[in-house]
Amino acid sequence: MGQERIVGTPVLRKEGVAKVRGAARYIDDISLPDMIYGATVRSSIPRGRILKIEFGEGIPWGEFVIASAKDIPGANVIAMINKDWPCLVEEQVNHPEEAILLLAHPDRHLLPKAVAAVCIEYAALPSVHSIEESERGDVVVWGEDNVFKKFLIEKGDVDAAWSQADFIVEGEYSTGAQEHLYIENNGVIAAYTPDEGLTIWGSMQCPFYVHKSLVLLTGLPEDKVRIIQVETGGAFGGKEDYPSMIGAHAALLAMKSGRPVKIMYDRMEDMVATTKRHPSRTRIRSAVTKDGKLLAAEIDFALDGGAYSTLSSTVLSRGTIHAGGPYCWPNIRVRSKAFATNCPPHGAFRGFGAPQSLFAIERHMDRVAHDIGMPPDELRRRNFLRQGLTTSTGQVIREPVDLGGLLSRALTLSDYHMKRERFDRGNAGAKKKKGIGISAFLHGSGFTGSGERYLNSVAAMDATADGKLRVLVSSTEFGQGTNTILCQIAAEALGIDYDAIEIAPPDTSLVPNTGPTVASRTSMIVGKLVHSAALGLKQTLQAAALLGDNWTTREFCEAAKAHVAKYGVLRSTSRYEPPPDVFWDDEKYRGEAYPAFAWAVYVAEVTVDMITYGVTVDDFVAVQEVGRVLNPVLATGQIEGGVAQGIGYALYEKVQWERGRMANGQMTNYIIPTSQDIPPIRVYFEETPFSHGAFGAKGIGELPMDGPAPAILNAVSHATGEDFNAIPLLPEDICLRLGLRPAVPAEEVAV
Amino acid sequence: MSLQFISLVVNGEARELEAYPMERLLDVLRDHLGLTGTKEGCGEGECGACSVLINGELVNSCLVPIAQANGTEIVTIEGIAASGQLHPAQRAFLECGGAQCGMCTPGMIVATVHLLKKYPQPDAEQIREGLNGNLCRCTGYMRIFEAVEKAAALEQAR
Repeated sequence: MGQERIVGTPVLRKEGVAKVRGAARYIDDISLPDMIYGATVRSSIPRGRILKIEFGEGIPWGEFVIASAKDIPGANVIAMINKDWPCLVEEQVNHPEEAILLLAHPDRHLLPKAVAAVCIEYAALPSVHSIEESERGDVVVWGEDNVFKKFLIEKGDVDAAWSQADFIVEGEYSTGAQEHLYIENNGVIAAYTPDEGLTIWGSMQCPFYVHKSLVLLTGLPEDKVRIIQVETGGAFGGKEDYPSMIGAHAALLAMKSGRPVKIMYDRMEDMVATTKRHPSRTRIRSAVTKDGKLLAAEIDFALDGGAYSTLSSTVLSRGTIHAGGPYCWPNIRVRSKAFATNCPPHGAFRGFGAPQSLFAIERHMDRVAHDIGMPPDELRRRNFLRQGLTTSTGQVIREPVDLGGLLSRALTLSDYHMKRERFDRGNAGAKKKKGIGISAFLHGSGFTGSGERYLNSVAAMDATADGKLRVLVSSTEFGQGTNTILCQIAAEALGIDYDAIEIAPPDTSLVPNTGPTVASRTSMIVGKLVHSAALGLKQTLQAAALLGDNWTTREFCEAAKAHVAKYGVLRSTSRYEPPPDVFWDDEKYRGEAYPAFAWAVYVAEVTVDMITYGVTVDDFVAVQEVGRVLNPVLATGQIEGGVAQGIGYALYEKVQWERGRMANGQMTNYIIPTSQDIPPIRVYFEETPFSHGAFGAKGIGELPMDGPAPAILNAVSHATGEDFNAIPLLPEDICLRLGLRPAVPAEEVAV
Repeated sequence: MSLQFISLVVNGEARELEAYPMERLLDVLRDHLGLTGTKEGCGEGECGACSVLINGELVNSCLVPIAQANGTEIVTIEGIAASGQLHPAQRAFLECGGAQCGMCTPGMIVATVHLLKKYPQPDAEQIREGLNGNLCRCTGYMRIFEAVEKAAALEQAR
């Protein structure tokens, strides 16, 4: 570490100039000749059979192209892990805002009127709207028992541990849905000709997911379906699965009309119809000794998956594996289930199940500390995972990890002990109570278990005829810095300037399948593949005697150009190879769950206003170890952005459900943090290079989503002396709990 | 409603067009004039992605009927780097990591230019207040605050 020229430096974002000039072209900035616009007719009930569809008066229906499930040439399915998610409803509606019909017209202003003029009559069926209702099973809305997926992790002998415990601490914790609220709504353009096949341009994370889905839906051969990601205005997981849906809709209209079709959601349609973070409920029963040793835990983790299985099984998996937190439990049992309910399917959102279960365990740790009379930092310190110990799945921690060091640094930087003591003294009777809280956590980098083996990803590098070096990957840029860090890695490996590297557009006809851009896998897994591909390129030039032992950037590019001129091509590919000695048992859910973990300790300081019950976060310290930091400005931005989303998750962002429909699908009433709601976020990295990551990198993107909510709720609980175990925690929730016991004498409240 | 003749000065250039009086300034900029740097995030004046300057005032162009903008002088993100060189605010956003996905960036930079006109050396509270109508979901605002401070310093040095 330290001898690199480019990796580890704050080189400028590759597409940054275009973005600051307003010249970057997002999907809604693109028009094709002869293009028309598409819109979606959606269900207004949570569950029922369609009896009749009528096209109301006052609309020139003859001018519209109308597509229904009958127009699907192949399978009526959006292919995820299972194949239960229809592209368009055939007979039975299973959630509000489910797509039933598609309309297209050259005048986009006419479309909302046309959508409103379609009248659908239903025979309503009973529906379920919570984990509890689904679990009860008296109304079955999916499969035989409403259960999409269940897991069981068992380590040691939990049942034998209770009798040895000095304390048994139990708790129930819950988290709400969360809307991604990327600033750019979902949108795509589809074009089709019988000769060229189908092309889809869109805002998306995973072009090959859309490709897979569209091949199945259209019945076209793989080489007649081409998916191109264009500049994407934020995603956070929200553009992992849904682009396959909106892409399929645009494709059907384009194939039926013979014209290019753009579908661009407005904010409300995006909020009410597309995915959210899974709501969760976690029950924890733990056995602890009086000197703070964790003996055993029994954890029951449940997710609300919405109406179709989509990604719920994998979200559940990650949440289940992370449920024990960054602690060594000698005995632990985690049972988990993802339940079906009649709301739009919940999906991927930064953290992918881990923020839910980590919220629970990190609130629980504070409650254990309280019950046994030990400071929360000390309880955590005594139980941290470290090298040689095993996780809940029995994975031996092989790489060095120093959670105790991260904790100490976070406590010092936040002045934790002094503040905790000062707040304890000052809070009694105060109009504004102060609190400070910790969270400690981990996040597994890359796909879970055997996932990376199945993905079998490929990356490539090539040279153009004019000697430009290009990175070829399906990994997408949506703000996190994919373009920049992959070009940094390539430049470093080739020993040439960063500016000499380009990244090819993620176009399935041009780039190999590097897997999806999800799961904190781009820096670590894809970065390593790009590194290998770059080394292959260099070796090819050396073997062809076009490159010596030393070179300038210009000499390297000339050599690449000469190779292309002589042999017609210069290209190097590399395929994923799992680290050695990695074993995962899909059946028993045991073994190496992840190639590596990122680790962190966060500290939040809050003020609770005892008159308004509003909570403000006053200071936030984020200390983490993510392996090698490839670009300090981008990495810091990832952490700060994740912390801000975490603050929203904890204190502001509440999805108001009305029979499975989001009732507050507007920025006016779904509140995300503004520039005035965010405290100073102080970000620190410890760098412990990971031996199998690109230049030592591990995953970073999701980690900062995991820690803020529990740290903040721990701080609020510290400030108020009350246990708050559910998020989002809004002022009215605090008011309901504390409001009947005024801490401030009435005459002081009156101003 | 019938088409109305509209004349505007956009980024220093006189533009004339016909539009329905209630068409949104945002759509006129994007669809009639091809200035797609101004973005739509919410269409209801909450997110600020469509921020432009009208006669020097910061507005959400999604809330302005074009009839109301008739005869005004408008500056969009495309008019910020007039000389072709990046404006100090653009340079600062680029260097400080103030732009991630880039969707809020044009509006955020227009708001920054407006803020620096009002307060050439803004303090932390003025920056937070000045940008509170522009939502960013990627950065957590820290890099943006740093960019505004740097832009102020670069402006001073010009």
